[in-house]
Amino acid sequence: MLSILGYNVGPMLAQGVLGLINGAFYALLSLGLAVIFGLLNIINFAHGALYMIGAFVAWVLLNYLGIGYWPSLILVPILVGCFGMLIERVLISKLYKLDHLYGLLLTFGLALIMEGLMRNYFGSSGMPFAVPESLRGATRLGFMIMPTYRVWVVAASFVVCIGTWLVIEKTSIGATLRAATENPALVQAFGVNVPRLVTMTYGGGVALAAFAGVMAAPMYSVNPSMGSNVIIVVFAVVVIGGMGSILGSILTGFGLGLVEGFTKYLYPQGSGVVIFVLMVIVLLLRPAGLFGKAA
Amino acid sequence: MLMGFSRAQAAALLVMLVIIAVAPMVAYPVFLMKVLCFALFACAFNLLIGYVGLLSFGHAAYFGMGAYASAYVAKAWGLSAELSILAGGLTGAALGLIFGLIAIRRQGIYFSMITLALAQMAYFFCTQVAFTGGEDGIQQVPRAAVFGLISMQNDMAIYWLVAVVFLAGFFLVHRIVHSPFGQVLKAIRENEPRAISLGYRVDDYKLIAFVLSTAIAGVAGGTKSLVFGIATLSDVTWQASGEVVLTTLLGGLGTIFGPVVGAVIVNTLEFYLSPFGSWVTVTQGVIFVACVMLFRRGVVGEIGAKLKVAL
Repeated sequence: MLSILGYNVGPMLAQGVLGLINGAFYALLSLGLAVIFGLLNIINFAHGALYMIGAFVAWVLLNYLGIGYWPSLILVPILVGCFGMLIERVLISKLYKLDHLYGLLLTFGLALIMEGLMRNYFGSSGMPFAVPESLRGATRLGFMIMPTYRVWVVAASFVVCIGTWLVIEKTSIGATLRAATENPALVQAFGVNVPRLVTMTYGGGVALAAFAGVMAAPMYSVNPSMGSNVIIVVFAVVVIGGMGSILGSILTGFGLGLVEGFTKYLYPQGSGVVIFVLMVIVLLLRPAGLFGKAA
Repeated sequence: MLMGFSRAQAAALLVMLVIIAVAPMVAYPVFLMKVLCFALFACAFNLLIGYVGLLSFGHAAYFGMGAYASAYVAKAWGLSAELSILAGGLTGAALGLIFGLIAIRRQGIYFSMITLALAQMAYFFCTQVAFTGGEDGIQQVPRAAVFGLISMQNDMAIYWLVAVVFLAGFFLVHRIVHSPFGQVLKAIRENEPRAISLGYRVDDYKLIAFVLSTAIAGVAGGTKSLVFGIATLSDVTWQASGEVVLTTLLGGLGTIFGPVVGAVIVNTLEFYLSPFGSWVTVTQGVIFVACVMLFRRGVVGEIGAKLKVAL
């Protein structure tokens, strides 16, 4: 086995690849957070809960209605996205004139409600979700055995992330969105319905979280605390990347997943905290974040 | 004006003192001590959010680490009660100094996310190191005697100790808020660039307020661990951080008595809802939403607004 500085390259690469899968989820979730933050100026604390809801809706569709993984991948983001738009219209939209902290507190409350309700109905032990037929099996890569489903997760989230970036950077609706992020009052004066744009944006961000939830369902057991476990790490990812740049949050998500994977090999005890430690270092050296603009 | 209390506040204070004195005759003292510990914790949190405008979303780290520190020195070193509680406060302050230095580099929502992430780091630390006892926590912490003389074995004896600690912390927060230092904090909350332009070193003020708050949170945690004889991971979790936010928001951000009233309501709710499992979480979430949407001033703030006095 090839080794560098006494470390076996094989297992290290294997952990790196596994880390990349976590990174795929970090990227999807931090991308959604960044899109929402850009326009709404709130930190969506309910993001993790909506990711969890996405996994649960997929599970319910499969077990009660017989709707499988592939339709769910489209259907669940739409359903949960609509639910998100409802939340935005009824609750969040009433808070834009107030201190941003209230948006955080509101969405934190919503996260508690969602998590508590799911725990009441489904218990906290978690439920299995079968990997779809076409993505079963694994490939031998030499240094590790790579389940096909995990390759799919990385590829699909990469495509979705880049797709989102292209929509925001290269299309006219994306241009409107970016303009509204810069100056909502002026964009409204040009005749754009900004409140509707805000609602759609929140729905879009939430749909990304739900999409991540469906992707996560076959890999992790579907359980009520899956959202709160990941969201705090994603917050750290967002602080490291800075929320100013869409591409930045995608890169930071995948990159930190990789770093976490390598840490799992080099210093297993540290893998739970490495992202937080990096956050501290970034804050000390570059407080605005790697891709952030100085305030 | 008595010690910075207005007439209405002095009246409310008198009511609170009478309740603290009379309550153990009608209610279970251990429950009351829990309320007082959480009320002190919420007062510490309120010092930041209510008077400096900083939302620390990881305050359980200081509370929980304070609890661990007090439990450890009381059990392993056999220190007396007041020294154990002091150890909790010093731990809270030390951790607050480190985390505060990092967190105050960003403002607003980022500050909240950073404090939350740092607290999660503290949580992972607690699961890894030996002295916390991992999942078991530190159990069978002795109720050490105060000054090594006054026995705390009796529930009522330790109740008075907790009441004294709570009142000391309560008056300290009040004193800080009404000092010239506290006035600068409020100026920073209202308009930070203006405070800077007036020549105040804003970051220093924020950091001092942060450390004071975390020290008091550590004292609250340490006191709780002596009362219950146990320090566990549950006091370090993000849920515990969320609970102190809820307590303060429900009682009234930036009011003197809000955190105390909030602690009474939240702990009572938990006591009655605990047989229903996750409904506690759901209820807490509903209260959050209701507070933010319907009464942002909280219970005490709304009462004060009705009576046209600051409470």
